[in-house]
Amino acid sequence: MSSETAVSVRCTVNGEVVQRIVEARMLLSDFLRHELGLTGTHVGCEHGVCGACTVIVDGSSIRACLMFAAQVDDAEIETIESLAKDGALSPLQQAFHDQHGLQCGFCTPGILMSMTACLREPAPDREKLLETLGGHICRCTGYVGIKRAVDQVLDGADSVDRSTVEGAS
Amino acid sequence: MKPAQFDYVRPQSAAEAVRALAESDDCKVLAGGQSLVPLMNFRLAQPPLLVDINRLTELAGITEVDGALRIGAMTRTRRLETSALVTERIPVLAAAAHWVGHVQIRNRGTVGGSIAHGDPSAELPAMCVLLDAEMILVSSGGTRAVSAGDFFEGFLTTVVEPDELLTEVHIPIPAAGAVWGFSEYAQRAGDFALAGVGCVVDRHAGTAGLVAFGPSERPMRCPSAEEILRVDGLSLDRVSDVADAATADVVAATEAVDAEAVHRVATVRAMARKAVEQAVRMTGEQR
Amino acid sequence: MSPKDQIETGWVGRATPRKEDDRLLKGGGRYVDDIEPARTLHAAFVRSMAANARITAIDVEAASRASGVRLVLTGTDIGDLNAPLPLLGGHPSLIAAKTQLPLAVDRVHYVGEAVVMVIADDRYLAEDAAALVRIDYDSLEAVVDLEQAATSATRVHDDVADNVAGVVRDRVGDPDAVFELAEHVERLHLSLERTGGMPMETRGVLADWDPREQVLHVWDSTQAPVAIKHGLCRLLKLSSEQVEVVAPDVGGGFGAKIMLFYPEEVLVPHAAMRLGRPVKWIEDRWEHFVSANQERGQTHEAEIAFDDDGKILAVRTTFVHDTGAYIPYGIAVPANTITHMLGQYRVEHYSAVATILYTNKPPVSPYRGAGRPHAVFVMERLICAVAQRLGLEPHEVRWRNLIPADAFPYDVGLTIDAPVRYDSGNYQEGMRKALIHLDPDGFRAEQASKRAEGKYLGMGMGCYIESSGPGPYEGCAARLTDAGTVVFDVATASQGQGHSTSFAQIAADAMGADIADVVVRGGDSGRVEFGIGTFGSRSLLLAGNAVATAAKALRDQLAAYVSELLECNPDDLVFADSRVSVAGTPSVSVSLAGIAALANAYGYPVVKPHDDDPQQFAALQVRAGAISAPPVFHADGYFGVGQQVFGSGVHAAIVEVDPAIGSVEVLKYVLVHDCGVVVNPVIVEGQVLGGLIQGLGGALLERLPFDEQGQPQATSFMDFRMMTVESVPEIVLDHVETRSPLNPLGVKGTGEAGVIPVSAVIAEAVEDALSPFDITITHMPLMPHEITQLIARSRVAVT
Repeated sequence: MSSETAVSVRCTVNGEVVQRIVEARMLLSDFLRHELGLTGTHVGCEHGVCGACTVIVDGSSIRACLMFAAQVDDAEIETIESLAKDGALSPLQQAFHDQHGLQCGFCTPGILMSMTACLREPAPDREKLLETLGGHICRCTGYVGIKRAVDQVLDGADSVDRSTVEGAS
Repeated sequence: MKPAQFDYVRPQSAAEAVRALAESDDCKVLAGGQSLVPLMNFRLAQPPLLVDINRLTELAGITEVDGALRIGAMTRTRRLETSALVTERIPVLAAAAHWVGHVQIRNRGTVGGSIAHGDPSAELPAMCVLLDAEMILVSSGGTRAVSAGDFFEGFLTTVVEPDELLTEVHIPIPAAGAVWGFSEYAQRAGDFALAGVGCVVDRHAGTAGLVAFGPSERPMRCPSAEEILRVDGLSLDRVSDVADAATADVVAATEAVDAEAVHRVATVRAMARKAVEQAVRMTGEQR
Repeated sequence: MSPKDQIETGWVGRATPRKEDDRLLKGGGRYVDDIEPARTLHAAFVRSMAANARITAIDVEAASRASGVRLVLTGTDIGDLNAPLPLLGGHPSLIAAKTQLPLAVDRVHYVGEAVVMVIADDRYLAEDAAALVRIDYDSLEAVVDLEQAATSATRVHDDVADNVAGVVRDRVGDPDAVFELAEHVERLHLSLERTGGMPMETRGVLADWDPREQVLHVWDSTQAPVAIKHGLCRLLKLSSEQVEVVAPDVGGGFGAKIMLFYPEEVLVPHAAMRLGRPVKWIEDRWEHFVSANQERGQTHEAEIAFDDDGKILAVRTTFVHDTGAYIPYGIAVPANTITHMLGQYRVEHYSAVATILYTNKPPVSPYRGAGRPHAVFVMERLICAVAQRLGLEPHEVRWRNLIPADAFPYDVGLTIDAPVRYDSGNYQEGMRKALIHLDPDGFRAEQASKRAEGKYLGMGMGCYIESSGPGPYEGCAARLTDAGTVVFDVATASQGQGHSTSFAQIAADAMGADIADVVVRGGDSGRVEFGIGTFGSRSLLLAGNAVATAAKALRDQLAAYVSELLECNPDDLVFADSRVSVAGTPSVSVSLAGIAALANAYGYPVVKPHDDDPQQFAALQVRAGAISAPPVFHADGYFGVGQQVFGSGVHAAIVEVDPAIGSVEVLKYVLVHDCGVVVNPVIVEGQVLGGLIQGLGGALLERLPFDEQGQPQATSFMDFRMMTVESVPEIVLDHVETRSPLNPLGVKGTGEAGVIPVSAVIAEAVEDALSPFDITITHMPLMPHEITQLIARSRVAVT
């Protein structure tokens, strides 16, 4: 066993096997964005708080800015680019579109990946989804459209009552 | 905010990890990385060597041995939170684990990492102090067990030597009839606590523990509050007395120099009330 | 009215789902850092670690030799370029206007000020090298808080006495005389702390010099790419056709991304030209905390004179405004405070004097709200003081002083930049609706019963006006493509406001086109050369009306052509569903795609897909051959208003305070909002509620404190806490719609509305909740420890 500044990484990203030699210090977020060109994963704070870089590693949502690329050797990674199948939005993505769950779109990929992981857990409910969403900062929406999207994805499409926010005028 | 260069080693066994630690003067153990990597990204930490212990599956897991839970240092916080064994045997620990950061942090962060980091506002060090946990430290020179009371020395400081690896935490299981409470306050869910309190009371054995964390430089037991709880404190009538006593203990141990520190101490009182009320309610449920 | 002049109502007003979403949801957004031309180099900056110091030495030797380093620049290395950056909006009130040098040379004025630029093969290496730069400082005392700035002999700038950048005054009537005779006077000392826009995407610039075309290509995460382009031409001595600036997808701005110029915005292009390679700089979050502009710091002495009925007789305020180390935006922020202070209230006597002070902190420029939250905070705190004195509900005092609906246009009488004249509004209607949703009487009963249970509930309210649409104008270039789509290029950039959707709704109506056939693109100076940018809640008003103007001109061109084709009067043509038909004879028609194909047949047999009747179309092709029309339909539209237009609104909240720990939970929040005609209700809702949540963060969580040495105490998201979803209250949003008479669409701005009154509302609600303790809230944001401290000082025990 010897220590290295450069490390070989072989992992599966969105179903494709990739192999690279990377510097040990390269953050997973930079690896995905700049080595693999998967720029849908965004970098907002690089200290694990904002959640924009959240991806799914081996089934769990994690901050890509708090892992080194070297650490995903053998791992399976899913990023935002994997969510739509054949160009069609996933029900979660569709709900964000329908409910105006995004504005500038910068925090959105991380949120979608966290919620995708959460929805795969047994019995996902509103409380769990909102708690998961608590690990993300969105500066644009005030979370109002996102909360409606949560309701839509749980209840099925088109059943969401918007009257509480559109007022009685 | 990119980390400075470092050497990286990924041992395949704890023994290998310990060897790596022995060979370098200034290395850091990389567990979940949820505290270390931010510091590295800000270049506030620039370890020349990182020993990545994430492959050490031998250090991940929770087992029950001789009336205690043995929790491997590499056990993810999320696993601690959701473990049926922990929820069954030491429910206050599972409850406290739920308050650690957000789920994305708990998915990656580890029990050992949080304890070795020693943040005075963190939940898991406080639980160790409350539950009289024992930390197992391994180095090339041998193995030692350190009780939680001795383990945390101050703000982000523990007794772990640079060549030592925290491998396991042993937490005695409270008696089956013990009641407990946990409460903390942060302005936002998921933030480090301004102040928090946990308690475990075993009426039959006449034992009680109460820990306060946040205001002091390390989590602290509150002996005068525990004294009341041990004697006759488990009633709604005495909640205020326990909370006052806990506050007095914290005041005696800390120097509240500014308004924020004074507020943290005041928050201990409120959190102690909530935690003890929770424990009292539990006695009612048991009847 | 002829069909031509008819304003079709169709898309405007609909909650059209956004055209922008699809790619953003799939990870297909294209933000500056997503663009990486071959051979791109990466920049990092060495920033001052001292708040107020002389630089005695800069040693870049080791950095220059570090691995992967291509260039290291100090201020002296860039020659003439290292001159003070532009001042936006000079004003006679400015006494000593200072703007920043691209790179500090012998003097630094805040922690974070750029001193050295390092360019290397990647960002990691650039940061490694930056860490090797040694700067020696001779530190001076730092000027941190406003009182110190006003009284201390220490100077932020060596040649600015008393640290005064300027003094702004305005006055209506004769307030001093009124105060002398008034029955009642209340006085308050009020202050707001610094915070910032904090977009989730940090700033970033990429520049690439094309030696063949002799064109500088710049991608900048800015709110104003066209303005940046024109500025770069001047600063880099290039002609207009030599600079193209694109704001691609921009991850939020909120004011922090419109600075004309941040040093990096000129240094990165300069370095790219110098090196002949693309250079990119992406601000990291620490840099954003120390070098992006901030706002809000202001301290007021305020007085109100009133009679027994609660009628406001006069208002006076003198205040100090913290502009930080420089004053790039001139008087913009304090002037807004002055002009928005009286808000919805009829006050005949008013005076305001603002002293703008330099401090050793990052420069100030408008952050969403831009001086207006301060104004509303001061005015509404005064209203509460009046109510308390007279034993009235604050909303009753408000009601008695509202400007009546028949008073518009209403001249406030202020004239700092231009006469302040409210174009339209119905404040009573807004207040009436807010009171229905709030139910103050019901709340008072609930408050009493909860207090008996030991719970502290409180109610607060705030009224505001929002000037929107600062000039001068915006532009739009429209054309019909050969595929039959209609493309509208605007100069404004979107940072999430959904321009490509709401502007398309406007265009679709003006053109009689299906919205699917309308494409709106913004943020590219190569497409529209004349325009300014997105700020001051102006894009919909100015660019939206420019789109409408261009659409109308384009439609006239099409009508002229089609009238020849169909042999009819242009006034008899009907534009609907992406087709043009003859009024009364709908069977005689041609699609927009058909028109494109007919007009531009390329001389070879290509016909674009369209759904026109083949036989009819063949006949039209014959006719088209005989028309000598230009092959393209292309129209520009510009729109400007001589004055700003005024939106308005009322916010109200019910909160619960736990006096033991000083926590505040917002239980319910009511907003009634008037932004004139609503083009897209869902987008408006998103703007308003997004602003509200930012405002709640500003009231209860966010602040940017500095220690006595001027070291920033919040440089991470651990210290600077923004709202997360758990704290979002129950929200009721309602609308009043008073058209603006000053633009054809009847719209008013909406981007800043949500944030403006929130601190005022929360202050009043918390004060009301804690009324047993008889405290007065005079400072925002309100942290838990400050609440418990106020209670402790009140000497009333918490029960």
